[in-house]
Amino acid sequence: MQIDDVEDVEIRLLLEGVQRIYGYDFRDYADASIKRRLNHWLAESGFDTFSQAQSQLLRDRSVFESLLRGITVNVTEMFRDPTFFRAVREQVVPFLKTYPFVKIWHAGCATGEEAYSMAILLNEEGMAGRYRMYATDINEAVLQKAGEGVMPITEMQRFTRNYQKSGGRASFADYYTARYDRAILSPALKKHIVFAPHNLATDGEFGEMNLVLCRNVMIYFKPALKERCLRLFDSSLLPGGFLCLGLKESLERRKMGERYEELAAPLRIYRKRYG
Amino acid sequence: MARTFQAVVVGVSTGGVHALQKLLGGLPAAFPLPILIVQHIGADADGGLAKLLDERCPLRVKEADEQDEILPGTAYLAPPNYHLLVEREGFLSLSADPYVSFARPSVDVLFESAAAVFGPGLIGVVLTGANFDGSRGLKTIKNKGGVAIVQDPADAEAPQMPQAAIAATGVDYVVALDGIATLLQKLAARRNTIPHDEKGRDD
Ligand SMILES: C[S@@+](CC[C@H](N)C(=O)[O-])C[C@H]1O[C@@H](n2cnc3c(N)ncnc32)[C@H](O)[C@@H]1O
Repeated sequence: MQIDDVEDVEIRLLLEGVQRIYGYDFRDYADASIKRRLNHWLAESGFDTFSQAQSQLLRDRSVFESLLRGITVNVTEMFRDPTFFRAVREQVVPFLKTYPFVKIWHAGCATGEEAYSMAILLNEEGMAGRYRMYATDINEAVLQKAGEGVMPITEMQRFTRNYQKSGGRASFADYYTARYDRAILSPALKKHIVFAPHNLATDGEFGEMNLVLCRNVMIYFKPALKERCLRLFDSSLLPGGFLCLGLKESLERRKMGERYEELAAPLRIYRKRYG
Repeated sequence: MARTFQAVVVGVSTGGVHALQKLLGGLPAAFPLPILIVQHIGADADGGLAKLLDERCPLRVKEADEQDEILPGTAYLAPPNYHLLVEREGFLSLSADPYVSFARPSVDVLFESAAAVFGPGLIGVVLTGANFDGSRGLKTIKNKGGVAIVQDPADAEAPQMPQAAIAATGVDYVVALDGIATLLQKLAARRNTIPHDEKGRDD
């Protein structure tokens, strides 16, 4: 037997244990990525093997929390994929504007950059005060950061470039204050965003959404869990509502796809059909 | 030990467009193995490379989508800004994890995940490039009993990546770009049992 097989078994047992003790279910995450992340965590944790880590992991919540931080991938940016945000501005917002008030769900929002980007965009398009955003994630440490709205100043150059490419109408510098090495987002942007914990593997739907974004989250899931998420989004969305996925995720091979039309072809913006 | 090769993984950077045209162009449409490729590419690239290669090569070439089934006679290019990985069930997956070896997509990520799935059935190929990505992954491929092919640094547009790979592990073949397609066909044709000690000999 190869060493690898032993490790696969250990990982399976570990995820099983985590699910039973802490209720977090990672068993349906795609193997290749989670294995990479777990190995990375193991190397930093000081344990030699997963079996060795297991005993403490199941007894000491702080060990589990470090594992949780290690497993979830929180990489994000403001106006990530500017062409996507441009399409939202030009093709989705005109529909949203026909409602007096809209509700938006960012599932897997990480440190909040995507939600803040959307707030900037909607405010610029004249929708200030006419929306509420629910930005959720499994990882409470990143939600805490999201709520603070503070970013490294070194990121601002890249974010500014993204913003401009996405069709931004103002100067990106208007949206933050520089303080030493940090950029503090304007508090006005936070006003209509609620950050809250939500686990896509186990928790339920959010009702009556006009727009759901879940970008670069389901790529880490196995097909069955992806299916679960898509059902969740579908039951959360109003007819005529929009579903936005990451640029490499698609409804093409999914049953759910029949209920949606693709709005901006390569940008993975879908609109739920009426009836 | 019996061995049937199951897949080829390729890592390439600077000079990659030319090198891939040459390598893939030399393989027939009926090449029996899937080919998974990481070419370092800017985050904003638009999938044009896969289209170009598909037009010019007998093989089917496509940009990898999440959950693509890994099929023989097909070359999959990692999309810009995502790592490309192999799942045990014979599917591809993508990840938006941080850069690895200063790159996304990273050759190391592809090679390591493919080695875990294909073990001795994997052929790893490192081509021209001006960095070190791929050497750790190639070492993993060797550790799991796979075969390592490296483009001759003297023949490469940028020799660093091949040199780093050769320094990192015992490679089986160091070949000029021109010879790699032929070598791959030869290896892929040996689909029956091969004595383990024959490994590495170019017969
Ligand atoms: C790569 S980030 C994507 C951030 C943002 N949507 C974007 O595209 O820039 C993935 C996020 O999904 C979250 N996540 C992972 N598993 C989850 C789950 N089961 N439920 C909710 N969020 C999850 C991670 O914590 C992480 O913050």
